[in-house]
Amino acid sequence: MARAQSPRRTALMTLAAWSVALIIFFPVLWMILTSFKTETSAVAMPPEFLSADWTLDNYVEVWARSDYPRFFWNSVVISVGSTLLGLVIAVPAAWAMAFVPGNKTKDLLMWMLSTKMMPAVAVMIPLYLLFLKLGLIDTKIGLVIALMLMNLPIIIWMLYTYFKEIPAEILEAARMDGAGLWNEIVHVLTPMAIPGIASTMLLNVILAWNEAFWTIILTTTKAAPLSAFIASLSAPQGLFYAKLSAASAMAIMPILILGWFSQKQLVRGLTFGAVK
Amino acid sequence: MKLTIRALLGACAIGAISTAVMAETTITVATVNNGDMVRMQGLMDDFYAKHPDIKVEWVTLEENVLRQNVTTDIATGGGQYDVITIGTFEAPIWAKQGWLEGLNDLPADYDIDDLLPAIRGGLTVDGVLYASPFYGESSFVNYRKDLAAAAGVTIPDAPTWDDIMAAAAAMTDQEAGIYGICLRGKAGWGENMAFLTSMANSYGARWFDENWVPQFDSPEWKAVLTDYVEMLTKYGPPGASNNGYNENLTLSLQGKCAMRMDATVSAGSLTDPAQSEFAEQVGFALAPDMGLGKRANWLWAWSLAIPASSDAKEASKAFINWATNKDYLALVASKEGWRNAPPGTRTSLYANPEYAALPFAKMTIDSINAADPTNPTVKPVPYVGVQFAAIPEFAGLATGVGEIFSAALAGQKTVDEALAEAQALSVDEMTAAGYIK
Amino acid sequence: MSTHSSRLAARLMVAPSVALLLVWMIVPLAMTLYYSFRLYRLISPERAGWTGFTNYVWFFQSPDFWLAMLNTLALVGGVLVITVVLGILIALLIDQPVKGQGVLRILVIAPFFVMPPVAASILENLFMHPQNGLFAAVSMGLGTQPILFLQDYPMWSVIGIVSWEWLPFSTLILLTALQSLSSEQLEAAEMDGAGAFSRFRYIILPHATRAITVVILIQTIFLLGIFGEIYTTTQGGPGSASTTLPYLIFKQAIVAKDIGRAAAGGIIAVILANVVAYFLMRGIGRHLDA
Repeated sequence: MARAQSPRRTALMTLAAWSVALIIFFPVLWMILTSFKTETSAVAMPPEFLSADWTLDNYVEVWARSDYPRFFWNSVVISVGSTLLGLVIAVPAAWAMAFVPGNKTKDLLMWMLSTKMMPAVAVMIPLYLLFLKLGLIDTKIGLVIALMLMNLPIIIWMLYTYFKEIPAEILEAARMDGAGLWNEIVHVLTPMAIPGIASTMLLNVILAWNEAFWTIILTTTKAAPLSAFIASLSAPQGLFYAKLSAASAMAIMPILILGWFSQKQLVRGLTFGAVK
Repeated sequence: MKLTIRALLGACAIGAISTAVMAETTITVATVNNGDMVRMQGLMDDFYAKHPDIKVEWVTLEENVLRQNVTTDIATGGGQYDVITIGTFEAPIWAKQGWLEGLNDLPADYDIDDLLPAIRGGLTVDGVLYASPFYGESSFVNYRKDLAAAAGVTIPDAPTWDDIMAAAAAMTDQEAGIYGICLRGKAGWGENMAFLTSMANSYGARWFDENWVPQFDSPEWKAVLTDYVEMLTKYGPPGASNNGYNENLTLSLQGKCAMRMDATVSAGSLTDPAQSEFAEQVGFALAPDMGLGKRANWLWAWSLAIPASSDAKEASKAFINWATNKDYLALVASKEGWRNAPPGTRTSLYANPEYAALPFAKMTIDSINAADPTNPTVKPVPYVGVQFAAIPEFAGLATGVGEIFSAALAGQKTVDEALAEAQALSVDEMTAAGYIK
Repeated sequence: MSTHSSRLAARLMVAPSVALLLVWMIVPLAMTLYYSFRLYRLISPERAGWTGFTNYVWFFQSPDFWLAMLNTLALVGGVLVITVVLGILIALLIDQPVKGQGVLRILVIAPFFVMPPVAASILENLFMHPQNGLFAAVSMGLGTQPILFLQDYPMWSVIGIVSWEWLPFSTLILLTALQSLSSEQLEAAEMDGAGAFSRFRYIILPHATRAITVVILIQTIFLLGIFGEIYTTTQGGPGSASTTLPYLIFKQAIVAKDIGRAAAGGIIAVILANVVAYFLMRGIGRHLDA
């Protein structure tokens, strides 16, 4: 809804928008700045902006203290793995709900979403025992399955809303041409739904990356992702704000960079069918 | 089985470089992320040189998360860990459940008789040591000598609560951001209740009488909570109800606490010029008393133990012996100075003239020796433990009581209301747990 | 158009998802239901047995229970109001032809990429801390006493932290909705003499209804289970001033290690979630699908 405006109004709006954006972003910025300060400088009163005692020591120490690459790799495998597995299961389901809807389809969708409402803490011990019996504790595959199931309802719903926007006539035309069901999904539907699938992927990678309850409960060493990395560095003895900031920055940086590069995709896809 | 085959292969391989094919045992060690534990991870070269056949995988977690994961694992027989870090509270309870491996068969050079008696006693059940202390601590007062001098107060080496309150009043300067006294206010059995329970011991109060009846309706507890709330609201840092061990240590390192009463283990940080510009000014005093024969000092030891479910017990014992041996103290001293040696576990450390010369050494050992877990209170009690009662229900109950008391500190409840609620809660829980018939 | 065979194919394609979610839901739920009638304390396993409704009774008699219910609703409601209202305002602002829109969007999304425990810990320690936080520095700069966020306004502090985490989500969805609004429609309204407010009220808001619905639905699902932020900051206190139902359960499960009580609390929470879901569907569900 871009419209012509007076230059003065544009300047004012720009100023206002930038102020608001910077306020929202400021905690992240402040955390990154703090991560480059010495511990004493980090808690100085009044706070030090430019006069701070800058250093890289926090990163050096955090790096030396724990095996960051391993935590990082586990986070990548778990978040990407759970998202891909989720897509494989969700695409057919979303297709079926969007193009062959029954009278219970909407109820089914809502039921799927409601499975997410079970509070994690309440089922902690049951799920832990279950994973223990199945030998899935501290395995990447265990976490991939757990996070996939946790996010599956969201994936299905997002895909469903995309698929619904694709005109059924196109699919019918493909069917007339004799394309089989498989071809219809792979060659006709999927290409059209790429933006939707991409943003679904992105959102779910982010959700899985940021999950910090099950990933800690269900892992020890081999499969522990960055949430465990943070838990190993938060609240030790003495001054720790700068080191915590450095560790936090290292934990969120990969996903932040991914998010920034793909934000157009993400924005386009985050509609949940809310746009007509 | 696999192990033996590989070992045999290794033995048979002609001309093979022995270390490359030696059978390797991997052990998973779970520790808290405290400074002393993190330091150990940096010294592992020494361990690998002595035990090339053992590989150690670390799980380093923040205290609460560690406790949650380790408890879940051991109670469900998960078997994820070979060595776990537990405290004086868990050790006897878990040992009685049969969850821990006894450590009496550690090699002779472990020198079990060198362990401080108070610390060793807390980790021993029926004569068997179930956890080997990595570092031990009591609690004492640390204060800024420059502020005391400026305010014209002297803090005796063995102060009374009256001394402490008078000194706190004299040194407080809210305008300058100097707070007379910093005490734990954050709710939790290991946070504000650790402090309050040991304070209560010195006031002649106790958690339970001989029949497990809670005692929060006693005049002693009323005196404890009244003085505690008054001290912190008048002389403490604003927002004290959210301050735990770490928050108060930070404020002390910044010089904002004129006095603080907390764990002796923080002495190393407080006197380290790299961490605090007030390092030279730090003075120490014993935890205060009321002249009733008990001081307000607690006793704790972070210790290494082996879950009964571990499948690498021999390798785990080798590791524990290395990490908690006298030689380890010397190793730390040789690399990072005696100040950084893990304190509070061995008599020999305090007999060492170099260590004894440190400003906090004598105060620490005196505090630890003054704590008596089997006889912690003025009046008799049915439980063992200084700042806790070593029963499984204590963690949940004391955290509940701790929340009520932190609400009193925040001004949401009066002292009387808080005590009445704490009493009601304790009676309910102790009845539900079957202690009160 | 759907033939018999395509219906069958559709069923087959939905089946794996439904089966998986059914198992994922039913198995833990059944185990939780079982434990909720059991005496099961992790560190005293020798005292185990059936206890009937004792665990449920404990919850309902707990002085914290109703407060926790209220706090849960306050957290969900508070965060929803803040994120939706601010989200609309910010989306309207960013949707204007301003300079550097791409970068702006990036800055606004950033909080969404921050792990919840990190967000809570950063805001608690670097901003809300009464001695070392930035807010305290601002207060002192203005010559007033620092605000004791976690002690005096614990629930508001938690709501603030969670709102910061979720603001990007609502802003983005609402922004996408606004961008799909045709400018001709707005211009026409402007020609007809409609003021800024009535344009908002009669054109923009109705257009964004679906987006708002989606925001409310998705966020409610996530917000109902929140306890990590509370654990990191106020630990439910002081007292139980910021204890929510999930946090109350968390304390029973993790601190007291009483699995039976935690399970009973879990069942209560599931019932609460379903009640909320029911009203949500009744109230806004009709906006969802045409």
